[in-house]
Amino acid sequence: MKLALGPLLYYWPRARVVGFYGEIARSAADIVYLGEVVCSRRHELAPEDWLAIAERLAAAGKEVVLSTLALTESEGDLKLVRRVAANCEFRVEANDWGAVRLLAGREGWVIGPHLNVYNPRTLALLGELGARRWVAPFEASRELVAGALAERLPGLESEVFAHGRVPLAHSARCFTARRFNLQKEGCEYRCLEFPDGMPLATREGEPFLALNGVQTQSAATYCLAGELPALAAAGVDIVRVSPQAHGTLRVLESWRGMCDGTLEARAGREALGALSPGALANGFWHGRAGHLLA
Amino acid sequence: MELVCPAGSLPALKAAVDEGADWVYCGLRDDTNARNFPGLNFDEQALAEGLAYAHRRGRKVVLAVNTYPIAANWSRWTAAVDRAVALGADAVIIADAGLMRYAREAHPDLELHLSVQGSATSYEALEFFREHFGVRRAVLPRVLSAAQVELVARNTAVEIEVFGFGGLCVMAEGRCSLSGWACGESPNMRGACSPAHAVRWQETRVGLQARLAGILIDQYGAGERAAYPTVCKGRYEALGEVYHAFEEPVSLNTLELLPRFAEIGVRAVKIEGRQRSPAYVAQVTRVWRAALDALAAEGERFAVRPQWAAALARHAEGSQCTLGAFSRPWK
Repeated sequence: MKLALGPLLYYWPRARVVGFYGEIARSAADIVYLGEVVCSRRHELAPEDWLAIAERLAAAGKEVVLSTLALTESEGDLKLVRRVAANCEFRVEANDWGAVRLLAGREGWVIGPHLNVYNPRTLALLGELGARRWVAPFEASRELVAGALAERLPGLESEVFAHGRVPLAHSARCFTARRFNLQKEGCEYRCLEFPDGMPLATREGEPFLALNGVQTQSAATYCLAGELPALAAAGVDIVRVSPQAHGTLRVLESWRGMCDGTLEARAGREALGALSPGALANGFWHGRAGHLLA
Repeated sequence: MELVCPAGSLPALKAAVDEGADWVYCGLRDDTNARNFPGLNFDEQALAEGLAYAHRRGRKVVLAVNTYPIAANWSRWTAAVDRAVALGADAVIIADAGLMRYAREAHPDLELHLSVQGSATSYEALEFFREHFGVRRAVLPRVLSAAQVELVARNTAVEIEVFGFGGLCVMAEGRCSLSGWACGESPNMRGACSPAHAVRWQETRVGLQARLAGILIDQYGAGERAAYPTVCKGRYEALGEVYHAFEEPVSLNTLELLPRFAEIGVRAVKIEGRQRSPAYVAQVTRVWRAALDALAAEGERFAVRPQWAAALARHAEGSQCTLGAFSRPWK
């Protein structure tokens, strides 16, 4: 089982991002996804900066994939996606159908988790268009993943989101700006203040969701520790860890240990629980409400 | 501009046709469509009867097969497409790309519409579906501004359909797992958002509580108007403040944008609400028919009649209307 670090979903100051990926170069991750997926207003890093980070990670032996925006609305958004898709050096993760059109016919691109690919027919279609890896949708159950992979094309890898706050929805509206009664266009980039998203609790004080600009995440940390045998049996080749404000390196180390069999699942889950910003959950994988923990 | 109206039952379909819908959209009685609610939708006989009723009056019916099949239930979705063709539906609305390909290959003459659940928000995405499957029309997610709809329309050969009235998704459709996170049933996979069986209303000392699978979505004091507990319409606490974190419960109403839609080249306007009553369908269809006829007759001189707005306001969630993403007051 290979280990991937998903794209950074939060807006961190430039120096923090650069420092973070400096550490990731020495981390346990085999694959690193880079780039802005959530909001095209975020500009701490220019596309050239992401490419520079990509070069450094590749030089350190990581497989680098450039991710694209999950929700494109404007011509500016499309330009950003085109620019990523046009790069010839790194593989690209397509997170919407516009990106698929731009990548179709090219060899090796990745079907991102924001793209709705739920069954083997849709997967085969994209395989014919050059996709060589499928990251299952966040809400995918074991039954969905195993079913989609039962008759997969040779050479198609599969990846599952296995650790982190789950991106649950995207909107044209910015909910971080809304909390501060700001308009989206004048958001003051307040999401810089919330490196793990802004916690949202029910009126009973139960942690429920996390606001990350136009993206809404779970408050709980999705965690498939303990499911590695089931993941492998379903045909999964890669598990994805999502960057978090603190402890990402140690999260990756725990996953590496579990994948290599040097860390028992129970101990791994305990370690990951202590490192996570929210309680652990794995309901989607079991075909149940996502926030539940089996 | 064509008027596309919802029907969750045969009486609703007839009401839509009687009041002037150009198209009626409906679904079968299972999870192959995005309004999979108990007691709602069409069995084969009702659909056949509805099709005959609409066709006799020169109107069209489109069947929504717009949720996402997985390997284990794939054949239920292809059977739904086959049934639509066998019964003579004028088109099918599909979200899943694999199912879209099946429909194109098995039924080369079938008219295909891309569902809002397909989450295509750019002309690049629409052109993908046109090039690969010959999609004729696409329903745009309710996240685009009027200017962005125009950008899409000017750069694709796919006909554009937009939502004009009814319940409003704040999140991009086809990209929302909030309901699945809370209660295990998502729009994409189960055709349900916050399903009624998971909802509990409880009178308590602190007020009326609305829960979804046990999670408190909102509570209401005396005199407060309670809303259905959809996750994105709830009140939550962030940084010490309790508020509608996503949006107040409001309905979309774009009557005043009709001249702009015409200028952009929007081909059809859609009314939300297959889960609503035949009376709702009749009244809303009547208003929108009158508005579209007025638009055709008056062009730029078109103005919203007060009685239209009043009639629609009676059906709006929380009695409030918004132009939604089209005008973006929050931008």
